[in-house]
Amino acid sequence: MKKQRTVTFNHNPLLKRELPAWRSRFVLMALLGCSAALAGRALYLQGIHNEFLQAKGESRYARVLEVPATRGRITDRYGDMLAVSTPVRSVWAIPGDAQLEPGDARQLAKLLEMNAVELDAKLAGGRDFVYLKRQLAPDVADRISALKLPGIHQQREYRRFYPGGEVMSHVLGFTSIEDRGQEGIELAFEKLLAGQPGSRRVIKDRRGQVVEDVESIRQPRDGQDVVLAMDGKVQYLAYSALREAMQTHRAKAGAVVVLDVRTGEVLALANAPTFNPNNRANLTGAQLRNRVFTDTFEPGSVMKPFIAGLALERGKFKATSTIDTSPGRMTIGGASIGDAHRHGVLTVAEIIQKSSNIGTVKMAQQFTPDEMWRLFDQLGFGSPLNMGFPGEAGGRLRPAKSWRPIEQATMSYGHGISVSLIQMARAYLAFARDGDLPSLSLTRVDAASVAGRRVFSPEVARELRTMLEMAAGPGGTAPKAQVPGYRVAGKTGTAHKLEGGRYANKYVSSFVGFAPVSNPRLVVAVMIDEPSAGQHYGGAVAAPVFARIVEGSLRALGVAPDAPLTPLQFARKPGDAAVVVAVEESM
Amino acid sequence: MRLDALLVALAVASALGVVAAQHQARKLFSALEREQTRTHGLEVEWGQLQLEQSTWAAHGRVEKLARDKLGLRPPAQGQMVVLEPQP
Repeated sequence: MKKQRTVTFNHNPLLKRELPAWRSRFVLMALLGCSAALAGRALYLQGIHNEFLQAKGESRYARVLEVPATRGRITDRYGDMLAVSTPVRSVWAIPGDAQLEPGDARQLAKLLEMNAVELDAKLAGGRDFVYLKRQLAPDVADRISALKLPGIHQQREYRRFYPGGEVMSHVLGFTSIEDRGQEGIELAFEKLLAGQPGSRRVIKDRRGQVVEDVESIRQPRDGQDVVLAMDGKVQYLAYSALREAMQTHRAKAGAVVVLDVRTGEVLALANAPTFNPNNRANLTGAQLRNRVFTDTFEPGSVMKPFIAGLALERGKFKATSTIDTSPGRMTIGGASIGDAHRHGVLTVAEIIQKSSNIGTVKMAQQFTPDEMWRLFDQLGFGSPLNMGFPGEAGGRLRPAKSWRPIEQATMSYGHGISVSLIQMARAYLAFARDGDLPSLSLTRVDAASVAGRRVFSPEVARELRTMLEMAAGPGGTAPKAQVPGYRVAGKTGTAHKLEGGRYANKYVSSFVGFAPVSNPRLVVAVMIDEPSAGQHYGGAVAAPVFARIVEGSLRALGVAPDAPLTPLQFARKPGDAAVVVAVEESM
Repeated sequence: MRLDALLVALAVASALGVVAAQHQARKLFSALEREQTRTHGLEVEWGQLQLEQSTWAAHGRVEKLARDKLGLRPPAQGQMVVLEPQP
């Protein structure tokens, strides 16, 4: 047997060579160095420079949520709601994502109250974002989100509702689809009413639920409520009386404003034609016009009492002074002025009662244009009242220097000067109060009375009240203004309308008055534009509107009657209408 | 050695406490969240109820019902009696 040679590989001489000791140490050091670098970096990221990663991490979970704020409510003086915002939802889609099954599409279309073709057309348009329907009721919106359709999203919005509908529309105005004020009070008080949506940062877990409130970035601020001076009952009376007169006299337009004598609050303000603020499709400009504030008209005879007031104030006349108005016609600078009837010799009181142009002009001629201009200016004519209402008109009052004598004469009976109805109503406060004029307020005034700027002395105001009561009484121009139970006073106006620089055969009939005379509470101004059913005198058209409003309002406000409740005695016998016709008013 | 064990136990207890507190905070927060949502919902409902009330109580509607359904009418002249307080 051959002796085998044993080979032991581990005794390979090649392997016998000693490795240099530094190599293993080098590897060890390298590994140590690496882990030290890692530890150092980790320390750096976690401990020293950690903001960046923290922010990144948070952004995976933190969300900024919008906290909605509601728009303030508008209420009348008793707190009854006039305008409320309530949440609705808008449904929008990303057409690219919205790949709907035909069945789903039909169901969605049905909930959106549109037909399927319409919906397809909306989704087919090559846009990235499309509103399917805005301002949907929340319960319908919930049913849509329950369908869980891809690419269909919802957005929370507010919609404004006006329970008063067309009764209040001109005062309140309305808001845009974004709930911003566009007209009326909504625009005038936009700053107060508008809410300021807030936002806060929260952390959501992976199921999307908020687990932690990190910080409040901005507190939401709900809009403040606005309490108007308006009285719901008076407003409704004013609105329905005006609407009735519009129908009876087939008028083009009309306006009414009711003021509280003691505080200068606007209790009611109605316009016709009107609109329903909850449904503003097919709106026309004529419906939108707030004639009380934005339209000016030549007032006509309602201006006369101010001239009489000035005459008494300056001591040029007394209420009993007589003026000869015959022959009922006079010529100034080539133009002639006339009365509708010959009145002969009249006292100042009778001039107002019978509305004589000649008599008024003769009083006005005692004054310089500057004196008359100053009176008009003090009464607030010619410049806007600055009540904050959008589109307030100032009217036309030319500087006194440019007045020709005929213009001064016609202005005394309300032609060649234009005013808005609210200006005229406010000016009559000077008679209803003791000669001073407060500033008006659209919002409720929590004071028993408000002081104003003096225009007439209390004695003159009292005398004018008596004259104006005569004008609204038997033998005056407006016996139809009378109300059972209350003493009323006021003045009619019937003015030709200017059309293209000439007086056309169209009229503006007006009546401005107050009641009860013993202690006035309300000033009511009525304007009817172009009555076309035969009658156009202020005493026949506007005075009955005044009467209806005053009768209902004073009773609603609980004002004690100051006249017997039995039917007021007219000069005429029953069935004999002659007296009313006989006091047809001039101009 | 016993001190170490005690400290470790304390540390563990405190850590558990932190966790519990955190959990409690989240629970309370979500409760707060719910209540806030409810507040808002109730406010909205209140607004809607006010709206409904003013719609039902609208003067025009009341007048129509009074006239048509109940047959009411304003008192005629001579039907009214005024009472005055004794001075």
